[in-house]
Amino acid sequence: MSNISVSTNGAKRSTGTKGDVVLEVNDLNVSFPTDDGLVHAVRGVTYELRRGQSLGIVGESGSGKSVTSMAIMGLLPKTAQITGSARLEGDELLGLGDAELSRIRGKKISMIFQDPLTSLNPVYTVGFQLAEAVRVHYPDVSKSEARTRCIDLLDSVGIPNPQQRVDAYPHELSGGMRQRVVIAIAMANNPDVIIADEPTTALDVTVQAQVLEALEKAREEVNAALILITHDLGVIAGHTDDVLVMYAGKPVEQGTVDEIFYEPRMPYTLGLIGSLPRMDEDRNQRLTPVHGTPPSMLNLPPGCPFRPRCPMHQDICAEVEPDLMPIGPTGHVSACHFSDQLEGKAPDDVFAAVATDLSVEAEVEAAEAEAAALHAQEEEK
Amino acid sequence: MNAMLDTPQTAANPVIAGRNLVKEFPVRAKGILRRKVGAVHAVSGVSLEIGQTETLALVGESGCGKSTTARLMMNLIPPTSGEILYEGRDLTKLSRNQMRPIRRDLQLVFQDPMASLDPRMTVFEIIAEPLRVHNLFKNGGRDRVNSLIEIVGLNPEHRNRYPHEFSGGQRQRIGIARALALQPRVLMLDEPVSALDVSIQAGVINLLEDLQDELGLSYLFVSHDLSVVRHIADKVAVMYLGKIVEEGTTDQLFAGPAHPYTQALMSAIPLPDPRKERTRERIVLQGDVPSPSNPPSGCRFRTRCPLFKELDESQQAKCIDVEPLLRSDHAGLTRAACHYAEPKQLV
Repeated sequence: MSNISVSTNGAKRSTGTKGDVVLEVNDLNVSFPTDDGLVHAVRGVTYELRRGQSLGIVGESGSGKSVTSMAIMGLLPKTAQITGSARLEGDELLGLGDAELSRIRGKKISMIFQDPLTSLNPVYTVGFQLAEAVRVHYPDVSKSEARTRCIDLLDSVGIPNPQQRVDAYPHELSGGMRQRVVIAIAMANNPDVIIADEPTTALDVTVQAQVLEALEKAREEVNAALILITHDLGVIAGHTDDVLVMYAGKPVEQGTVDEIFYEPRMPYTLGLIGSLPRMDEDRNQRLTPVHGTPPSMLNLPPGCPFRPRCPMHQDICAEVEPDLMPIGPTGHVSACHFSDQLEGKAPDDVFAAVATDLSVEAEVEAAEAEAAALHAQEEEK
Repeated sequence: MNAMLDTPQTAANPVIAGRNLVKEFPVRAKGILRRKVGAVHAVSGVSLEIGQTETLALVGESGCGKSTTARLMMNLIPPTSGEILYEGRDLTKLSRNQMRPIRRDLQLVFQDPMASLDPRMTVFEIIAEPLRVHNLFKNGGRDRVNSLIEIVGLNPEHRNRYPHEFSGGQRQRIGIARALALQPRVLMLDEPVSALDVSIQAGVINLLEDLQDELGLSYLFVSHDLSVVRHIADKVAVMYLGKIVEEGTTDQLFAGPAHPYTQALMSAIPLPDPRKERTRERIVLQGDVPSPSNPPSGCRFRTRCPLFKELDESQQAKCIDVEPLLRSDHAGLTRAACHYAEPKQLV
């Protein structure tokens, strides 16, 4: 018997065909009020996710990649101000109450977090937690049925001896096994969308390979769409179809994985690729770092947020923030005024391969100071 | 020829060398007496040599003993057995007073720059502290600190700022400046870029390469990331459960890793190249690293080894009973600790 189509929800499992839009996010904005002012963490994210598709979201820490998915799942604190829309199969998710969200979370859309030890409850066995995920949505499933399904699920994510492991507590498992239990919980109800937020960052590379394989298998078995959030471009290259690059809370480039890696049209993407040490290149190849630091999300200066770090910037970049503009007919979009100049450019054509660049650091600082001054003026008013 | 190759492949005079280093941490019972009930074999017989202006990378997964080895090499923790040779002296035999002047030559850079900088000291004070400790601040210490700030690419006007005012990459530069303050000969870099974002990590890697060329430093670079290692190292030693399983120059190792663990490690690292990533061979290891308090007999990797499963019974018996030593009489260019080593091109 197949592992997944167990009686519990065989009839109700998602039956949509590959290619249907399951999740539609439109102009999502998230801000957090703080003592220092409003932090605009996500500034207009729009994407469509189709069944069976896997979308990678990549960006540096603080670029808003996690906040975007937390907003969709309704996991942000009450103080967060969220606007825009996120539709799961046509039904709006934003603004739903906790009870309504609880019926959707874990059933139609589920999430895998970075640290498996904090996402599992230490005082219950993994079997209990897996059964809970099933029985909370299908109360008519008996305990013994749920247990069989738990064992099947653990088996399908590659946990050896699932009959014994089902009674183990999280602390008795290794990091990789815990993360596989979390994946099993996420796929327990055949969700339409699985969001994996840095699922392998806390794990060793050989274990990362195991977990990513389990995740891939899980996704295929339940025919779900996957959002893979990570800062590791290597993981993105091997496990996604489309990529969304985020910078300062905004998507700056989106396209198929090949377009992003081979024809990036946004200086930031190009810089990220050039700054990555690669195992298939020898050490004579100098890295091209992106100097400076990402802007503070409190009082962003006007214009392109990447301008201070961008070696190509011109006067217009300080005034007008570029929108996502189509590059070709394929749906590849990028937010840069000069994206056509980047055609066929390699990272070291644009970025200098030096260790430090004080002029860039100074410019980043000047931009920050300018924004702070602007903020102070507004305060006075 | 083979006999020559079997000695570690290094320059004639290593700056610092560790010989058969062993470190066991006692496991104690919970009772009042805290009797010793076992030992964690963190490092079991590791020999390393680092030459002048050379980078030796120590690679492995968490818990394989690579950080412990780096600390042993600095004589920060006493080894259970083995010796560390520096300038013809065995550091493990020295007293604290005898060790103190040598500490100036061996410096350490930590992984987490925020945790390793005192939040209540300014950048100037942080970098000046090693000079003050060694009574070197009085003659020209101020200028030395200012020039160090510039060398690592920070703005000298920021010398009176506190660590929290800097970004992660800048904090790591402060940590490097502090390590350089006493003009060391060897830097132990314990995962110096793992906590940084990629766009910033590249700047720190370039800085380390530039410093090595300018100051003639030797590095022991501890890392779990083979792609960073390929960029920075001259030689690589791969560790598994407290032992070196394979070593060689960077070019030799990446041209054809011969130990099954190195092969698995290399194939597990994702390449940022979608086309290559779709076609490359992937060796996924099963299971987890065994506990270092009770390591498997014979070859320590055999419990997870994909090659072991393909061997027949008599061959498997050899893996179980006989501990493989580092050897170079196999088809590859590296020295691998495997009875059935066979090089395989993976990148």
